[in-house]
Amino acid sequence: MDLKVETEMEQVGAGKPSGAGKGRIGALLNRLPQNYVILLVFVGICALFTIWTDGLFLQPDNIVNVLRQISINAVIATGLTFVIITAGIDLSVGSIVAIVGVFAAQLLVKIPSTFPVWGIIFLACLGGLALGALIGAFSGFTITRFRVPPFISTLAMWASARGLAFILCDGRPVWNLPIQFNYIGRGYIFEKLIGPWFPVPVLIMGIVMYTAHVILTRTTIGRYIYAIGGNEEASRLSGINVRRVKMFVYIFSGLMAALGGIILTSRLASGQPNAGQSYELYAIAASVVGGTSLAGGEGTIPGTLIGALIIGVLYNGMNLAGVESYSQNVIIGAIILGAVLLDQMKKRK
Amino acid sequence: MDDVLEMKGIVKEYPGVKALKGVDFHLKRGEVHALVGENGAGKSTLMKILGGAEARDGGEIILEGRKVEIQDPHQAEKLGISIIYQEFNLIPFLSVAENIFLGREPRRGIFVDWRQLYANAKAVLDQLGLDIDLKAKVSGLSVAQQQMVEIAKAISVKSRIIVMDEPSATLTMHELERLFGLTRKLKEQGVGIIYISHRLEEIFEIADRVTVFRDGERISTREVRDVTKEYLIREMVGRELKDDYPKRNAVAGQELLRVEGLTRKGVLHEISFSLRKGEILGITGLVGAGRTELVRAIFGADPIDKGEIYLEGRKLRILSPQDAINSGLCLMTEDRKRQGLVLGMTVRENITIADLRGLSRAGFIHGVDERRIAGRFVRELNIKTPSVEQRVRNLSGGNQQKVVLAKWLFARSRVVIFDEPTRGIDVGAKQEIYRLMNDLAETGTGIIMISSELPEVLGMSDRILVMQEGRIRAELGGGEATQETIMRFATQALVQGG
Repeated sequence: MDLKVETEMEQVGAGKPSGAGKGRIGALLNRLPQNYVILLVFVGICALFTIWTDGLFLQPDNIVNVLRQISINAVIATGLTFVIITAGIDLSVGSIVAIVGVFAAQLLVKIPSTFPVWGIIFLACLGGLALGALIGAFSGFTITRFRVPPFISTLAMWASARGLAFILCDGRPVWNLPIQFNYIGRGYIFEKLIGPWFPVPVLIMGIVMYTAHVILTRTTIGRYIYAIGGNEEASRLSGINVRRVKMFVYIFSGLMAALGGIILTSRLASGQPNAGQSYELYAIAASVVGGTSLAGGEGTIPGTLIGALIIGVLYNGMNLAGVESYSQNVIIGAIILGAVLLDQMKKRK
Repeated sequence: MDDVLEMKGIVKEYPGVKALKGVDFHLKRGEVHALVGENGAGKSTLMKILGGAEARDGGEIILEGRKVEIQDPHQAEKLGISIIYQEFNLIPFLSVAENIFLGREPRRGIFVDWRQLYANAKAVLDQLGLDIDLKAKVSGLSVAQQQMVEIAKAISVKSRIIVMDEPSATLTMHELERLFGLTRKLKEQGVGIIYISHRLEEIFEIADRVTVFRDGERISTREVRDVTKEYLIREMVGRELKDDYPKRNAVAGQELLRVEGLTRKGVLHEISFSLRKGEILGITGLVGAGRTELVRAIFGADPIDKGEIYLEGRKLRILSPQDAINSGLCLMTEDRKRQGLVLGMTVRENITIADLRGLSRAGFIHGVDERRIAGRFVRELNIKTPSVEQRVRNLSGGNQQKVVLAKWLFARSRVVIFDEPTRGIDVGAKQEIYRLMNDLAETGTGIIMISSELPEVLGMSDRILVMQEGRIRAELGGGEATQETIMRFATQALVQGG
């Protein structure tokens, strides 16, 4: 019997020296280090900027500011995290932001004002979200039915959706949106009671990310998403409807991009066909910095949140510290690479 | 001084475990030296150290009387050490000749000298007496042919030592004969060969000496002609193993599964058979006979052109594995790492994946129940793992196989199809898998077992189907089957044709 245990020990030992403790505590230890390093990086960056800016960075209103700034990217990155965990990619999200923004803005302007204004806003948002989901569904369809690689399928959509956004509005931004619509992007919750401390986009981000986290960790479809990313063939042979799960993640990604587009349109108080340029790359960056593996099977929503925070804090902190914008981009690039390198080094150990 | 290799006091430690506890090993010139031992006994670790894939923590390596340091695989190759792993290191979309000389292509200026390349490759293949198309892409070759290419590659670098790690795992008897022929030829040329295998029969056929490993130590080295199979098994497990194939009390009951006229163009032709409750039906034949294709078709993993499947007289409509699972069928694939498990997920998640819906309400997984059930299977099947939260990647082959079985037991399968259930699994774990199969049969589950190992087929099955070229060539009852009759049917057309 002794021999058997030893045999297993070698197998375990040959893998990474994980915190293979007992039961639930072991499980907790196994999980913790996933975001651990990146959390430290985040805290380190915050500490650095606090010192650099003589505490300006840590002022409550600046923190609220950072959270509001990252909210759109965090929402989009949430959708993308789902896709990337299945070992896919969605490059079309930035273009979806634009086309949904233009589309929703046009609905706002064109729905006859006989409707109550909140009704119009509701319908416009619903229409925008539906369009985003539809575009995601189209990408998902070409990927699952015709086996077009996700990179290609969504790259095509990245180009087409952008073009359609311009066609939809003849290349002219849509202005004169109802003033109440601005609330989504610029408003504050309970502003009269507590003042301007709780931006609406931050609330949206919170709800979306919490829901997404619950879906990933507690539901069957969440489990299937990880399984497919970990081993698609084994998942199929275990009876998972791989096509349906993949359709779900691309629709979800489209939906999240659409939500990001609506928030942005409200912030800008106009539908801009050239809005959301490079947003796909920021979202991928947030997801990957947060520990999502492009090879699939790994990633968490809390990780993505930290990833989005790191990018947001960097831009904000560098602005406060007076770093000019060319250097900002160089540093952001270096940080993205560094964060992932750190993660890889931890894994190799 | 006829030792080509001497390894002295080799020590290797992993966190928490000593994988090699000061091992001595000698290899003579022109000998085939078999290494045996259970998974994790240390034989693979020793070979990784020899091949430069792992660094040793102690001891020394002496090659032809000279002390050497082997830092990486490249250096090992330069020293004339070639290791042929179970997973080949060939580039699928390059030709045979290109693969043999990969990274060492003859050049003319910056261009590859193709004529020279083919000439060299042909010389190597001729030396080995191999008849493989030099320009064929490796992806189109059979597993056996790919193995030959690996060996040719080893020869082309003028290897003095060739290590074959489980070379027979994917070969049919016919192909195995060719491998043995090739091995003997290498031996004559003075190459020292280290042969690792779980199939003890082969060792008696090909090896000169055999070394048994257990628990990170070398237990013994003997001349093969001085030992018996029972002796080796005793040395390997450190105890007596009774009965290669445990007896069971199950009595075959009513018909459970019936397959009629199953056809997949060019692959399967009009296959019909039935399976009763509590029966173990063996399916055998040479690799490429269509055995795996047959069960994949039944399971809905591959489309079929014609044919019907009935479960207890009820016609099934199986268009996907999902349909098959819902009907109570399951398939334990031969390649568990690629098709059976999500290696990065935990034992718990792998066990429950096929019937997660049974564990959830409104899409939410019941976490407490899930942990409880996973824990129960780990205990019942005696899966050796520190916890249910261990990633399956870190388990040994036998325990991974048990996790796959647990998955299907949890999905309440009524027909369990095993495709090469004991491939690459050590002797002790094999016995456990056999016992579990018997236990399953006793509960009335119908079992289909594909296997290339004839003693296993003969020892475990109530009935045996022999396949060849996508057809069932014979159905043999438990009594009438022998290795000879099976091979006769399995090679029918080949014998007639040649």
